[in-house]
Amino acid sequence: MEPLTNKKKVLEQKPLSLAERMYLPAIAKGLSVTISHLFKKEATIRYPEQQREFSTNFRGMHSLKRDEEGRERCTACGLCALSCPAEAITMIAGERKQEEKHLYREEKYASVYEINMLRCIFCGLCEEACPKEAIYLDGPIVPADYLRKDFIYGKDKLVEQPLNKNK
Amino acid sequence: MEIAFVIEKFILVVIIFAISLLIAMYSTYAERKVAAFLQDRLGPDRAGPFGILQPLADGVKMFMKEEIVPANSNKWLFMVGPGLAMLTACIGTAVIPWGSEITIGGKVVPLQVTDINVGILYIFGVVSLGVYGVMIGGWASNNKYSLLSAIRAASQNISYEIAMGLSIIALLLVTNTMSLKEIVEQQHGWHWNVLYQPLGFIIFMVCAFAETNRAPFDLPECETELIGGYHTEYSSMKLGFYLFAEYINMFVSSAVMATLYFGGYNYPGMDWVLANTGAVIGPLIGTAVFFAKIFAFIFFFMWVRWTIPRFRYDQLMHLGWKGLIPLAIANIIITGVVIAVIEKF
Repeated sequence: MEPLTNKKKVLEQKPLSLAERMYLPAIAKGLSVTISHLFKKEATIRYPEQQREFSTNFRGMHSLKRDEEGRERCTACGLCALSCPAEAITMIAGERKQEEKHLYREEKYASVYEINMLRCIFCGLCEEACPKEAIYLDGPIVPADYLRKDFIYGKDKLVEQPLNKNK
Repeated sequence: MEIAFVIEKFILVVIIFAISLLIAMYSTYAERKVAAFLQDRLGPDRAGPFGILQPLADGVKMFMKEEIVPANSNKWLFMVGPGLAMLTACIGTAVIPWGSEITIGGKVVPLQVTDINVGILYIFGVVSLGVYGVMIGGWASNNKYSLLSAIRAASQNISYEIAMGLSIIALLLVTNTMSLKEIVEQQHGWHWNVLYQPLGFIIFMVCAFAETNRAPFDLPECETELIGGYHTEYSSMKLGFYLFAEYINMFVSSAVMATLYFGGYNYPGMDWVLANTGAVIGPLIGTAVFFAKIFAFIFFFMWVRWTIPRFRYDQLMHLGWKGLIPLAIANIIITGVVIAVIEKF
Protein backbone atom coordinates (compact mmCIF):
# COMPACT_ATOMS: atom_id res chain seq x y z
CA MET A 1 0.00 0.00 0.00
CA GLU A 2 1.11 3.51 -0.75
CA PRO A 3 1.97 5.27 2.53
CA LEU A 4 -0.42 8.09 3.37
CA THR A 5 2.24 10.24 4.95
CA ASN A 6 5.95 10.54 4.58
CA LYS A 7 6.49 10.03 8.31
CA LYS A 8 7.26 6.36 7.97
CA LYS A 9 10.83 5.56 8.88
CA VAL A 10 12.33 2.16 8.33
CA LEU A 11 14.61 1.20 11.18
CA GLU A 12 17.44 -1.06 10.34
CA GLN A 13 18.89 -3.10 13.14
CA LYS A 14 22.60 -2.71 13.08
CA PRO A 15 24.84 -4.72 15.39
CA LEU A 16 26.00 -2.64 18.34
CA SER A 17 29.24 -0.79 17.91
CA LEU A 18 32.02 -1.16 20.47
CA ALA A 19 31.08 2.06 22.23
CA GLU A 20 27.48 0.91 22.47
CA ARG A 21 28.45 -2.49 23.76
CA MET A 22 30.54 -0.90 26.50
CA TYR A 23 27.38 0.84 27.78
CA LEU A 24 29.53 3.47 29.50
CA PRO A 25 29.14 6.37 27.01
CA ALA A 26 25.39 5.90 26.99
CA ILE A 27 25.35 5.66 30.78
CA ALA A 28 27.35 8.88 31.08
CA LYS A 29 24.91 10.57 28.75
CA GLY A 30 21.96 9.32 30.79
CA LEU A 31 23.57 10.44 34.03
CA SER A 32 24.11 13.92 32.62
CA VAL A 33 20.43 14.08 31.68
CA THR A 34 19.25 13.09 35.15
CA ILE A 35 21.70 15.34 37.00
CA SER A 36 20.47 18.30 34.98
CA HIS A 37 17.06 17.69 36.51
CA LEU A 38 18.53 18.10 39.96
CA PHE A 39 18.79 21.81 39.30
CA LYS A 40 15.40 22.28 37.71
CA LYS A 41 12.50 23.78 39.54
CA GLU A 42 10.17 21.14 40.90
CA ALA A 43 6.67 21.00 39.48
CA THR A 44 5.06 20.07 42.79
CA ILE A 45 2.45 22.28 44.40
CA ARG A 46 2.26 21.66 48.16
CA TYR A 47 -1.48 21.27 48.03
CA PRO A 48 -3.10 22.20 51.30
CA GLU A 49 -0.76 25.16 51.81
CA GLN A 50 -0.46 26.22 48.19
CA GLN A 51 -3.28 25.98 45.73
CA ARG A 52 -3.18 26.00 42.02
CA GLU A 53 -5.26 28.80 40.53
CA PHE A 54 -8.49 27.57 39.03
CA SER A 55 -9.29 28.36 35.43
CA THR A 56 -12.13 30.82 34.92
CA ASN A 57 -14.56 28.14 33.82
CA PHE A 58 -13.74 25.74 36.65
CA ARG A 59 -16.84 24.19 38.20
CA GLY A 60 -16.43 23.61 41.91
CA MET A 61 -18.74 23.73 44.91
CA HIS A 62 -22.14 25.29 44.40
CA SER A 63 -23.18 28.51 45.98
CA LEU A 64 -26.69 29.91 46.27
CA LYS A 65 -26.54 33.59 45.40
CA ARG A 66 -28.10 36.64 46.96
CA ASP A 67 -29.28 39.73 45.15
CA GLU A 68 -28.05 43.30 45.60
CA GLU A 69 -30.01 43.72 48.80
CA GLY A 70 -28.76 40.51 50.30
CA ARG A 71 -31.94 38.51 49.70
CA GLU A 72 -31.78 34.92 48.53
CA ARG A 73 -32.45 34.70 44.84
CA CYS A 74 -33.71 31.11 44.82
CA THR A 75 -37.43 30.76 44.39
CA ALA A 76 -37.57 27.00 44.68
CA CYS A 77 -38.91 26.48 41.19
CA GLY A 78 -37.18 23.09 41.06
CA LEU A 79 -35.71 23.50 37.60
CA CYS A 80 -32.22 22.77 38.86
CA ALA A 81 -33.39 19.54 40.52
CA LEU A 82 -35.22 18.64 37.32
CA SER A 83 -32.23 19.32 35.13
CA CYS A 84 -29.80 17.52 37.36
CA PRO A 85 -28.71 14.30 35.56
CA ALA A 86 -27.34 12.85 38.79
CA GLU A 87 -30.44 13.71 40.83
CA ALA A 88 -28.29 15.29 43.46
CA ILE A 89 -30.53 18.23 44.34
CA THR A 90 -33.57 18.10 46.59
CA MET A 91 -35.54 21.04 47.88
CA ILE A 92 -38.64 21.86 49.82
CA ALA A 93 -40.41 25.09 48.98
CA GLY A 94 -41.72 27.42 51.62
CA GLU A 95 -43.95 30.52 51.49
CA ARG A 96 -42.42 33.79 52.45
CA LYS A 97 -43.96 35.49 55.48
CA GLN A 98 -44.53 39.23 55.58
CA GLU A 99 -41.66 39.82 57.99
CA GLU A 100 -39.23 37.78 55.89
CA LYS A 101 -39.30 40.16 52.96
CA HIS A 102 -35.74 41.24 53.54
CA LEU A 103 -34.58 37.61 53.44
CA TYR A 104 -36.09 36.21 50.25
CA ARG A 105 -36.63 37.99 46.99
CA GLU A 106 -39.74 36.15 45.80
CA GLU A 107 -42.89 35.02 47.60
CA LYS A 108 -41.74 31.43 47.40
CA TYR A 109 -38.34 30.30 48.63
CA ALA A 110 -36.45 27.10 49.35
CA SER A 111 -36.87 26.27 53.00
CA VAL A 112 -34.66 23.21 52.51
CA TYR A 113 -32.13 23.01 49.73
CA GLU A 114 -29.74 20.06 49.72
CA ILE A 115 -27.12 18.91 47.28
CA ASN A 116 -25.56 15.49 47.68
CA MET A 117 -21.94 16.13 46.76
CA LEU A 118 -21.28 12.42 46.28
CA ARG A 119 -23.93 12.28 43.56
CA CYS A 120 -23.12 15.61 41.93
CA ILE A 121 -21.05 15.32 38.79
CA PHE A 122 -20.36 19.06 38.52
CA CYS A 123 -21.80 19.25 35.04
CA GLY A 124 -23.16 22.74 35.57
CA LEU A 125 -26.63 22.01 34.17
CA CYS A 126 -28.26 23.43 37.30
CA GLU A 127 -26.68 26.82 36.81
CA GLU A 128 -27.76 26.74 33.17
CA ALA A 129 -31.30 25.78 34.12
CA CYS A 130 -31.74 28.39 36.84
CA PRO A 131 -33.98 31.24 35.66
CA LYS A 132 -33.12 33.40 38.66
CA GLU A 133 -29.33 33.22 38.43
CA ALA A 134 -29.42 31.77 41.91
CA ILE A 135 -26.96 28.88 41.70
CA TYR A 136 -23.41 28.90 40.44
CA LEU A 137 -20.64 26.32 40.66
CA ASP A 138 -18.02 28.92 41.46
CA GLY A 139 -16.64 27.54 44.73
CA PRO A 140 -13.50 25.58 45.55
CA ILE A 141 -13.04 21.82 45.45
CA VAL A 142 -15.49 19.99 47.70
CA PRO A 143 -13.42 18.82 50.69
CA ALA A 144 -13.06 15.19 51.71
CA ASP A 145 -15.00 13.81 54.64
CA TYR A 146 -15.51 10.57 56.53
CA LEU A 147 -19.25 9.94 56.51
CA ARG A 148 -21.71 9.87 53.66
CA LYS A 149 -24.21 12.00 55.52
CA ASP A 150 -21.66 14.78 55.77
CA PHE A 151 -21.58 15.12 52.01
CA ILE A 152 -25.19 16.26 51.85
CA TYR A 153 -24.75 20.01 51.90
CA GLY A 154 -27.65 22.07 53.15
CA LYS A 155 -28.33 25.77 52.93
CA ASP A 156 -25.94 26.44 55.79
CA LYS A 157 -23.03 25.53 53.53
CA LEU A 158 -24.45 26.53 50.16
CA VAL A 159 -25.91 29.99 50.60
CA GLU A 160 -23.29 32.64 50.16
CA GLN A 161 -22.50 34.97 52.99
CA PRO A 162 -24.49 38.24 53.13
CA LEU A 163 -22.63 41.15 51.61
CA ASN A 164 -22.73 43.09 54.84
CA LYS A 165 -23.20 41.06 57.96
CA ASN A 166 -24.03 44.04 60.20
CA LYS A 167 -27.14 44.94 58.28
CA MET B 1 45.80 -2.48 80.16
CA GLU B 2 43.84 -5.37 78.77
CA ILE B 3 40.53 -4.06 80.04
CA ALA B 4 41.25 -0.58 78.67
CA PHE B 5 41.84 -2.13 75.27
CA VAL B 6 38.51 -3.97 75.41
CA ILE B 7 36.66 -0.82 76.45
CA GLU B 8 38.30 1.23 73.73
CA LYS B 9 37.36 -1.28 71.06
CA PHE B 10 33.87 -1.68 72.49
CA ILE B 11 33.25 2.07 72.29
CA LEU B 12 34.58 2.14 68.76
CA VAL B 13 32.39 -0.78 67.70
CA VAL B 14 29.29 0.83 69.20
CA ILE B 15 30.04 4.15 67.52
CA ILE B 16 30.63 2.55 64.13
CA PHE B 17 27.55 0.38 64.48
CA ALA B 18 25.43 3.38 65.42
CA ILE B 19 26.83 5.47 62.59
CA SER B 20 26.26 2.79 60.00
CA LEU B 21 22.69 2.24 61.17
CA LEU B 22 22.08 5.98 61.19
CA ILE B 23 23.49 6.37 57.71
CA ALA B 24 21.46 3.42 56.46
CA MET B 25 18.39 4.99 58.02
CA TYR B 26 18.96 8.30 56.36
CA SER B 27 19.91 6.61 53.11
CA THR B 28 16.28 5.58 52.78
CA TYR B 29 15.33 9.23 53.21
CA ALA B 30 18.11 10.40 50.89
CA GLU B 31 17.06 7.84 48.29
CA ARG B 32 13.56 9.23 48.19
CA LYS B 33 14.79 12.81 48.19
CA VAL B 34 17.33 12.17 45.42
CA ALA B 35 14.72 10.32 43.41
CA ALA B 36 12.36 13.22 43.84
CA PHE B 37 14.90 15.88 42.91
CA LEU B 38 16.02 13.95 39.85
CA GLN B 39 12.40 13.74 38.77
CA ASP B 40 11.54 17.40 39.47
CA ARG B 41 9.56 16.53 42.56
CA LEU B 42 9.88 17.42 46.25
CA GLY B 43 10.01 14.07 47.99
CA PRO B 44 8.89 13.44 51.56
CA ASP B 45 8.53 16.77 53.36
CA ARG B 46 5.69 16.29 55.84
CA ALA B 47 7.35 14.57 58.81
CA GLY B 48 9.31 17.30 60.51
CA PRO B 49 11.19 20.09 58.74
CA PHE B 50 12.06 18.95 55.19
CA GLY B 51 10.69 15.52 56.14
CA ILE B 52 13.75 14.86 58.29
CA LEU B 53 11.78 12.58 60.60
CA GLN B 54 10.56 10.41 57.76
CA PRO B 55 12.90 7.46 58.55
CA LEU B 56 11.57 7.40 62.13
CA ALA B 57 8.01 7.37 60.85
CA ASP B 58 8.90 4.55 58.47
CA GLY B 59 10.52 2.61 61.30
CA VAL B 60 7.50 3.00 63.55
CA LYS B 61 5.29 1.92 60.68
CA MET B 62 7.42 -1.19 60.12
CA PHE B 63 7.23 -2.17 63.79
CA MET B 64 3.49 -1.61 63.95
CA LYS B 65 2.71 -3.81 60.95
CA GLU B 66 1.26 -7.25 61.41
CA GLU B 67 3.83 -10.00 61.46
CA ILE B 68 2.85 -12.67 58.94
CA VAL B 69 4.61 -16.02 58.70
CA PRO B 70 3.28 -18.10 55.80
CA ALA B 71 1.69 -21.38 56.87
CA ASN B 72 3.89 -23.67 54.79
CA SER B 73 7.13 -21.81 55.24
CA ASN B 74 10.15 -23.13 57.04
CA LYS B 75 9.64 -21.12 60.23
CA TRP B 76 13.17 -21.31 61.54
CA LEU B 77 14.88 -20.37 58.29
CA PHE B 78 12.21 -17.76 57.65
CA MET B 79 13.37 -16.00 60.80
CA VAL B 80 17.07 -16.54 60.19
CA GLY B 81 17.00 -15.02 56.69
CA PRO B 82 16.58 -11.32 57.52
CA GLY B 83 18.81 -11.62 60.57
CA LEU B 84 21.59 -13.09 58.48
CA ALA B 85 21.18 -10.41 55.84
CA MET B 86 21.47 -7.74 58.52
CA LEU B 87 24.41 -9.41 60.26
CA THR B 88 26.51 -9.88 57.15
CA ALA B 89 25.77 -6.31 56.13
CA CYS B 90 26.96 -4.95 59.47
CA ILE B 91 30.13 -6.95 60.16
CA GLY B 92 31.87 -5.62 57.05
CA THR B 93 32.47 -2.33 58.83
CA ALA B 94 34.90 -3.96 61.29
CA VAL B 95 38.02 -3.79 59.15
CA ILE B 96 37.49 -0.49 57.38
CA PRO B 97 39.93 2.18 58.57
CA TRP B 98 37.72 5.16 59.34
CA GLY B 99 40.64 7.41 60.08
CA SER B 100 44.25 7.45 61.17
CA GLU B 101 45.23 7.38 64.83
CA ILE B 102 44.05 10.04 67.22
CA THR B 103 45.96 10.75 70.43
CA ILE B 104 43.86 11.30 73.55
CA GLY B 105 45.81 11.92 76.74
CA GLY B 106 49.00 10.28 75.46
CA LYS B 107 47.07 7.22 74.32
CA VAL B 108 47.04 6.41 70.62
CA VAL B 109 43.63 5.27 69.44
CA PRO B 110 43.40 3.89 65.91
CA LEU B 111 40.07 4.66 64.28
CA GLN B 112 39.67 1.12 63.06
CA VAL B 113 38.20 -1.79 64.95
CA THR B 114 40.76 -4.29 63.77
CA ASP B 115 43.56 -4.16 61.26
CA ILE B 116 43.74 -7.77 60.13
CA ASN B 117 46.34 -8.46 57.49
CA VAL B 118 43.83 -10.09 55.14
CA GLY B 119 41.34 -7.21 55.35
CA ILE B 120 40.35 -7.38 51.71
CA LEU B 121 39.70 -11.10 51.88
CA TYR B 122 37.58 -10.57 54.98
CA ILE B 123 35.47 -7.92 53.22
CA PHE B 124 35.22 -10.16 50.23
CA GLY B 125 34.11 -13.13 52.32
CA VAL B 126 31.53 -11.10 54.22
CA VAL B 127 30.11 -9.67 51.01
CA SER B 128 29.76 -13.16 49.55
CA LEU B 129 27.99 -14.32 52.70
CA GLY B 130 25.42 -11.59 52.11
CA VAL B 131 23.72 -13.66 49.46
CA TYR B 132 22.85 -16.34 52.03
CA GLY B 133 20.37 -14.06 53.76
CA VAL B 134 18.63 -13.53 50.45
CA MET B 135 18.76 -17.21 49.49
CA ILE B 136 17.56 -18.54 52.84
CA GLY B 137 14.75 -16.00 52.95
CA GLY B 138 13.66 -16.81 49.41
CA TRP B 139 13.80 -20.54 50.02
CA ALA B 140 12.07 -20.51 53.40
CA SER B 141 9.13 -18.48 52.08
CA ASN B 142 7.93 -21.51 50.12
CA ASN B 143 6.84 -19.19 47.34
CA LYS B 144 7.92 -19.73 43.76
CA TYR B 145 8.50 -16.06 43.08
CA SER B 146 10.67 -15.72 46.14
CA LEU B 147 12.57 -18.82 45.14
CA LEU B 148 13.08 -17.56 41.58
CA SER B 149 14.35 -14.33 42.98
CA ALA B 150 16.69 -16.11 45.36
CA ILE B 151 18.08 -18.14 42.49
CA ARG B 152 18.65 -14.98 40.52
CA ALA B 153 20.36 -13.37 43.47
CA ALA B 154 22.63 -16.33 43.97
CA SER B 155 23.66 -16.67 40.36
CA GLN B 156 24.13 -12.92 40.01
CA ASN B 157 26.30 -12.64 43.08
CA ILE B 158 28.41 -15.63 42.16
CA SER B 159 28.96 -14.30 38.64
CA TYR B 160 29.96 -10.86 39.77
CA GLU B 161 32.11 -11.97 42.67
CA ILE B 162 34.55 -13.50 40.21
CA ALA B 163 35.05 -10.26 38.33
CA MET B 164 35.23 -8.39 41.62
CA GLY B 165 37.91 -10.71 42.96
CA LEU B 166 39.90 -10.45 39.75
CA SER B 167 39.79 -6.67 39.84
CA ILE B 168 41.07 -6.78 43.42
CA ILE B 169 43.98 -9.01 42.37
CA ALA B 170 45.16 -6.26 40.02
CA LEU B 171 44.90 -3.82 42.90
CA LEU B 172 46.92 -6.15 45.14
CA LEU B 173 49.65 -6.24 42.52
CA VAL B 174 49.94 -2.48 42.92
CA THR B 175 49.65 -2.32 46.70
CA ASN B 176 51.54 -5.52 47.70
CA THR B 177 49.41 -5.83 50.81
CA MET B 178 45.94 -7.01 51.81
CA SER B 179 45.67 -4.91 54.93
CA LEU B 180 43.19 -2.12 54.34
CA LYS B 181 45.08 0.15 56.71
CA GLU B 182 48.31 -0.17 54.73
CA ILE B 183 46.47 0.27 51.45
CA VAL B 184 45.05 3.53 52.72
CA GLU B 185 48.41 4.70 54.08
CA GLN B 186 49.99 4.10 50.67
CA GLN B 187 47.50 6.45 49.06
CA HIS B 188 48.86 9.44 50.99
CA GLY B 189 47.78 12.83 49.68
CA TRP B 190 46.54 12.45 46.16
CA HIS B 191 48.22 9.13 45.24
CA TRP B 192 44.87 7.46 45.04
CA ASN B 193 44.71 3.97 43.57
CA VAL B 194 42.05 5.01 41.10
CA LEU B 195 44.79 6.87 39.21
CA TYR B 196 46.76 3.63 38.83
CA GLN B 197 43.81 1.27 38.46
CA PRO B 198 41.04 3.15 36.60
CA LEU B 199 39.82 0.05 34.78
CA GLY B 200 39.99 -2.02 37.94
CA PHE B 201 37.94 0.62 39.71
CA ILE B 202 35.22 0.61 37.07
CA ILE B 203 35.01 -3.18 37.17
CA PHE B 204 34.95 -3.16 40.96
CA MET B 205 32.25 -0.52 41.03
CA VAL B 206 30.02 -2.32 38.55
CA CYS B 207 30.42 -5.50 40.58
CA ALA B 208 29.65 -3.60 43.78
CA PHE B 209 26.41 -2.45 42.21
CA ALA B 210 25.59 -6.06 41.40
CA GLU B 211 26.63 -7.35 44.84
CA THR B 212 24.40 -4.86 46.63
CA ASN B 213 21.47 -5.69 44.33
CA ARG B 214 21.19 -2.08 43.30
CA ALA B 215 19.81 -0.82 40.03
CA PRO B 216 20.59 -1.55 37.23
CA PHE B 217 21.31 -5.00 38.68
CA ASP B 218 18.31 -5.21 41.01
CA LEU B 219 16.96 -8.32 39.30
CA PRO B 220 16.40 -10.22 42.56
CA GLU B 221 13.84 -7.66 43.63
CA CYS B 222 12.29 -6.52 40.40
CA GLU B 223 8.80 -5.54 41.38
CA THR B 224 7.16 -6.09 38.04
CA GLU B 225 8.31 -9.62 37.37
CA LEU B 226 8.65 -11.17 40.81
CA ILE B 227 6.08 -9.20 42.82
CA GLY B 228 8.74 -7.82 45.09
CA GLY B 229 11.33 -10.56 44.91
CA TYR B 230 12.82 -12.66 47.68
CA HIS B 231 11.00 -10.66 50.36
CA THR B 232 7.54 -11.06 48.85
CA GLU B 233 6.30 -13.07 51.84
CA TYR B 234 7.94 -10.91 54.45
CA SER B 235 6.16 -8.30 56.46
CA SER B 236 6.75 -6.04 59.41
CA MET B 237 10.30 -5.53 60.64
CA LYS B 238 11.60 -8.66 58.92
CA LEU B 239 10.92 -6.90 55.64
CA GLY B 240 12.42 -3.82 57.21
CA PHE B 241 15.60 -5.77 57.95
CA TYR B 242 15.97 -6.84 54.34
CA LEU B 243 15.43 -3.33 53.05
CA PHE B 244 17.72 -1.96 55.72
CA ALA B 245 20.43 -4.50 54.98
CA GLU B 246 20.47 -3.30 51.39
CA TYR B 247 21.25 0.23 52.52
CA ILE B 248 23.92 -0.91 54.96
CA ASN B 249 25.45 -2.93 52.14
CA MET B 250 25.44 0.18 50.02
CA PHE B 251 27.17 2.11 52.79
CA VAL B 252 29.79 -0.60 53.33
CA SER B 253 30.56 -1.01 49.65
CA SER B 254 30.82 2.76 49.30
CA ALA B 255 33.26 2.72 52.19
CA VAL B 256 35.25 -0.11 50.61
CA MET B 257 35.43 1.67 47.26
CA ALA B 258 36.53 4.88 48.94
CA THR B 259 39.13 2.94 50.92
CA LEU B 260 40.56 0.87 48.11
CA TYR B 261 40.47 3.33 45.23
CA PHE B 262 39.78 6.84 46.51
CA GLY B 263 42.35 7.16 49.25
CA GLY B 264 40.19 6.58 52.32
CA TYR B 265 40.87 9.42 54.73
CA ASN B 266 43.64 10.89 52.58
CA TYR B 267 43.13 14.10 50.70
CA PRO B 268 45.39 16.58 48.89
CA GLY B 269 46.97 19.00 51.33
CA MET B 270 46.47 16.73 54.33
CA ASP B 271 50.03 17.21 55.62
CA TRP B 272 49.53 20.96 55.97
CA VAL B 273 46.16 20.44 57.69
CA LEU B 274 47.57 17.77 60.01
CA ALA B 275 50.50 19.98 61.00
CA ASN B 276 48.19 22.88 61.83
CA THR B 277 45.28 21.22 63.61
CA GLY B 278 46.81 18.85 66.12
CA ALA B 279 46.57 15.15 66.90
CA VAL B 280 42.83 14.91 67.47
CA ILE B 281 41.19 17.38 65.12
CA GLY B 282 43.51 16.59 62.20
CA PRO B 283 42.70 12.89 61.93
CA LEU B 284 39.03 13.64 62.51
CA ILE B 285 39.08 15.98 59.52
CA GLY B 286 40.47 13.02 57.57
CA THR B 287 37.54 10.93 58.82
CA ALA B 288 35.14 13.64 57.71
CA VAL B 289 36.74 13.62 54.27
CA PHE B 290 36.36 9.85 54.20
CA PHE B 291 32.67 10.16 55.01
CA ALA B 292 32.28 12.83 52.35
CA LYS B 293 33.68 10.36 49.84
CA ILE B 294 31.29 7.68 51.11
CA PHE B 295 28.34 10.03 50.78
CA ALA B 296 29.42 10.91 47.26
CA PHE B 297 29.43 7.22 46.40
CA ILE B 298 26.03 6.69 48.00
CA PHE B 299 24.70 9.60 45.99
CA PHE B 300 26.19 8.03 42.89
CA PHE B 301 24.45 4.73 43.71
CA MET B 302 21.15 6.59 43.89
CA TRP B 303 21.85 8.73 40.87
CA VAL B 304 22.49 5.59 38.81
CA ARG B 305 19.39 3.93 40.16
CA TRP B 306 17.19 6.72 38.86
CA THR B 307 18.95 6.82 35.50
CA ILE B 308 19.55 3.36 34.14
CA PRO B 309 16.83 0.80 33.45
CA ARG B 310 17.19 -2.72 34.79
CA PHE B 311 19.27 -5.26 32.89
CA ARG B 312 17.57 -8.29 31.44
CA TYR B 313 18.74 -11.53 33.00
CA ASP B 314 20.65 -12.73 29.94
CA GLN B 315 22.22 -9.30 29.49
CA LEU B 316 23.33 -9.42 33.10
CA MET B 317 25.02 -12.78 32.63
CA HIS B 318 26.45 -11.64 29.31
CA LEU B 319 27.96 -8.56 30.88
CA GLY B 320 29.31 -10.48 33.85
CA TRP B 321 30.87 -13.48 32.15
CA LYS B 322 31.75 -12.18 28.70
CA GLY B 323 32.41 -8.56 29.55
CA LEU B 324 33.77 -7.97 33.00
CA ILE B 325 35.70 -11.18 33.65
CA PRO B 326 37.83 -11.03 30.46
CA LEU B 327 38.33 -7.33 31.10
CA ALA B 328 39.45 -8.00 34.67
CA ILE B 329 41.88 -10.70 33.52
CA ALA B 330 43.28 -8.34 30.89
CA ASN B 331 43.66 -5.75 33.61
CA ILE B 332 45.67 -8.17 35.74
CA ILE B 333 47.96 -9.01 32.84
CA ILE B 334 48.53 -5.39 31.87
CA THR B 335 49.15 -4.39 35.48
CA GLY B 336 51.55 -7.30 35.97
CA VAL B 337 53.49 -6.51 32.80
CA VAL B 338 53.78 -2.84 33.63
CA ILE B 339 54.97 -3.58 37.17
CA ALA B 340 57.50 -6.09 35.87
CA VAL B 341 58.79 -3.60 33.30
CA ILE B 342 59.09 -0.83 35.92
CA GLU B 343 60.95 -3.09 38.32
CA LYS B 344 63.27 -4.30 35.57
CA PHE B 345 64.33 -0.83 34.47
